[in-house]
Amino acid sequence: MKEQPVLDVSKLPLHGMGIASPAWWGTCTFMLIEGSAFGLAIAVYFYLMSLAPHWPPDVPPPDLFAGTCLTVLLLASVVPNVLVSRWAQQRKLGKVRIGLVVMSLCGIAPLALRIFEFPAQHVNWDESAYGSIVWTILGLHTVHIITDLIDTLVLACLMFTRHGDNTRRYGDVEDNALYWNFVVIAWLPLYACIYWVPRL
Amino acid sequence: MTTERRSSAATDVDLDDAELDRQLDRTWAGRTSFWGAIAAVDHKVIARRYIVTAFVFLILGGMLALAMRIQLAQPEARFINADRYNQIFTMHGSNMMFLFAVPVMEAMAVYLVPLMVGTRNIAFPRLNAFSYWVFLAGGILLWISFALDTAPDVGWFAYVPLSGPEYGSGKRADVWAQMITFTELSALAVAVEIVVTVLKQRAPGMSLDRIPLLVWSMLVMAFVVIMAMPAIMFESSTLIMDRLVGTQFYNPAEGGDVLLWQHLFWFFGHPEVYIIFLPAVGMVSTILPTFVQRPIFGYLPVVMALIATGVLAFGLWVHHMFVIGLPRLAESFFTASSMAIAIPAGVQIFCWLATLWAGRPIFKTPLLFVIGFIITFVIGGLTGVMVASVPFDAQVHDTYFVVAHFHYVLIGGAVFPLIAGIYYWFPKMTGRMMSERLGQWSFWLIFVGFNLTFFPMHILGLQGMPRRIYTYQPEMPWGGLNLFISLSAVILFSGFLVFFIDVARSWSAGRPAGQNPWNASTLEWAMNSPPPPYNFRRIPVVDARDPLWCGSDELPVASGLRTDRRELLISSVVEALPEARESSPRDSVWPFWAAIATSIMLIWSIFSPWAIVWGSIPIAITLIGWFWPKGIAEDES
Repeated sequence: MKEQPVLDVSKLPLHGMGIASPAWWGTCTFMLIEGSAFGLAIAVYFYLMSLAPHWPPDVPPPDLFAGTCLTVLLLASVVPNVLVSRWAQQRKLGKVRIGLVVMSLCGIAPLALRIFEFPAQHVNWDESAYGSIVWTILGLHTVHIITDLIDTLVLACLMFTRHGDNTRRYGDVEDNALYWNFVVIAWLPLYACIYWVPRL
Repeated sequence: MTTERRSSAATDVDLDDAELDRQLDRTWAGRTSFWGAIAAVDHKVIARRYIVTAFVFLILGGMLALAMRIQLAQPEARFINADRYNQIFTMHGSNMMFLFAVPVMEAMAVYLVPLMVGTRNIAFPRLNAFSYWVFLAGGILLWISFALDTAPDVGWFAYVPLSGPEYGSGKRADVWAQMITFTELSALAVAVEIVVTVLKQRAPGMSLDRIPLLVWSMLVMAFVVIMAMPAIMFESSTLIMDRLVGTQFYNPAEGGDVLLWQHLFWFFGHPEVYIIFLPAVGMVSTILPTFVQRPIFGYLPVVMALIATGVLAFGLWVHHMFVIGLPRLAESFFTASSMAIAIPAGVQIFCWLATLWAGRPIFKTPLLFVIGFIITFVIGGLTGVMVASVPFDAQVHDTYFVVAHFHYVLIGGAVFPLIAGIYYWFPKMTGRMMSERLGQWSFWLIFVGFNLTFFPMHILGLQGMPRRIYTYQPEMPWGGLNLFISLSAVILFSGFLVFFIDVARSWSAGRPAGQNPWNASTLEWAMNSPPPPYNFRRIPVVDARDPLWCGSDELPVASGLRTDRRELLISSVVEALPEARESSPRDSVWPFWAAIATSIMLIWSIFSPWAIVWGSIPIAITLIGWFWPKGIAEDES
């Protein structure tokens, strides 16, 4: 077919930010997938609970200390996270670099606390279905922390190279921050489920 | 990024068509070497691989069906022993669902969606390449295990406790579970690509109410994949954990539950039917208007029906579990919801009939398969309404009635439209027409052979013949019908044989197709056949639902994209107003290595939980290699 130019797009930016970026949409879609998985894990938890005569079966409820500390820490990490995202939007390279280093630490610290969360459940994964689902929920969420931590570490390294000062990288930083917010928010219902539902 | 570099960048403004084609080809074409083929990220190349691979699995799965029909043709036959038969029916179901039906439908989306929405490549093309390699590895895993006599033998839904640690010895059930992980990983990846391509890469002006119906159906399908597949991945992982590290999810002695397996499986498994069916109806809604040469009747109701089907798909999984002893209220609810899904299906059928009625049908092969689909699917839908009723279902559960029902909806509802789609889009994909004469032969052989094969199974089911038995006694009243079915299956197979011969012949020797051999209305017919690597010389601008039926020889297009890097347009979600010129990634071998690393980790983890730890390291390395910027033009912003 003969082509008739009716629209000139040469003035458009070479990369879209925020909702004009496919990567942003891809991140959201992955969050939908992961969110479905977390939702299912919670559904399985309640399903098993509905079958058990006592909940938790024959063990005390999990100790609150490690899990609550981790929750507070995760919530606190949202502050630097939002700041990094804002700095990335403003393309402030120096601040983004510092922010990513801080966020890397914010990814490592919960992992340290998570180590104490597993024994705090008073049950092993192979002792009962209760143990299995609690360990699985903790494991599933830990995988998400680790994934985002590695992503943050790689981005932090990247921002110190010549590739750093690029709108595309700032977009990556924003998407990474978005994903960390998701990791934090997804933890809240999981935390309520693991630590407070047995106390109801 | 400086303004100086921007002004010096080459754009398509002021270039004549031949020079523009040459420059775009230099930027977009992949290398022809072996590693060039491994590194390819062109959606058409990947989709072609997907389609060919899926059809190879169809042939293999068909061979298994043939083996089962030989075994069942007479009572007490000794062609296959019981253990092998268990593996064969499990392989047949798993292969057809996970290695053929879902991947082939997604592959059609991978090929067609970018063309139909008017863009140059799918979103996240490297993820697309990765998904293909992972899918291929999963398929090879399953078939190699079959060759080694360790194929799964627990049915395609692998119910516990049969598949659990107590009864499922060896690694057979693990192979099934990990094949699931492979294929669902690839399906989820493709779903993400489809969602983002449809939402963000549509041609300027293609607002939501101008999206082709096939694209709508693929979008809804992708969302169903995203919501449903995590359930089966959760399930396959927990099964492996129960078997390998002693978790107790499905062990009633320790607070687990076998019915939890069924709930999780069917929460995925019922939407799975619509994951296969929605693309098929999208194909029907696209092919039908072309062969009656008028727009679809009731675009809006059809779109609404697609979305309603996608939503309702999640509300009826329990109708697969009517015989487990549910509370009465649950039975009533799921009966009602199962019947409710007939409403959107009915809306579409009436829209198709109205389209046929109002147009002038041209009875070419694709239309024949579409009409065959409507007839067969209505029969399958009617038996679906029957088994949605609890008392009836309790009678025919696990009999050949159910086998007949789901083959009517799956072959009638999905394979017929798929073959219509192959006949329809083959000219676009290869540049050559398929034979009309062989097409008619294959249609009549398949249609007649299908009905003669599967209709009698309803009767066998009513006579009480259970599914999944490797043989039966001569005293049972099933011998005659089984022999009839096996002979009819030969007709069905010969129909597929004619189809494959036609494909093979036409691929090399078919009549040249030209741009738009069917005089169709959607954008994939606006370029040469097969499409060039960059799809569109200039991105089209859309101002109608049927852009090629506007009565003009000219295609309105956008100009100003760069030719020295892979560039495409990003547009807004609702109105498709252009927002940015975005780069599209270049070819890369990293997705291949990432898929290899993933495959090693997944297969290793059947044997040792430590595979998750150590196997993740190579995956992380390959992913970093994949994402690390290479300082090329595509990286500019």
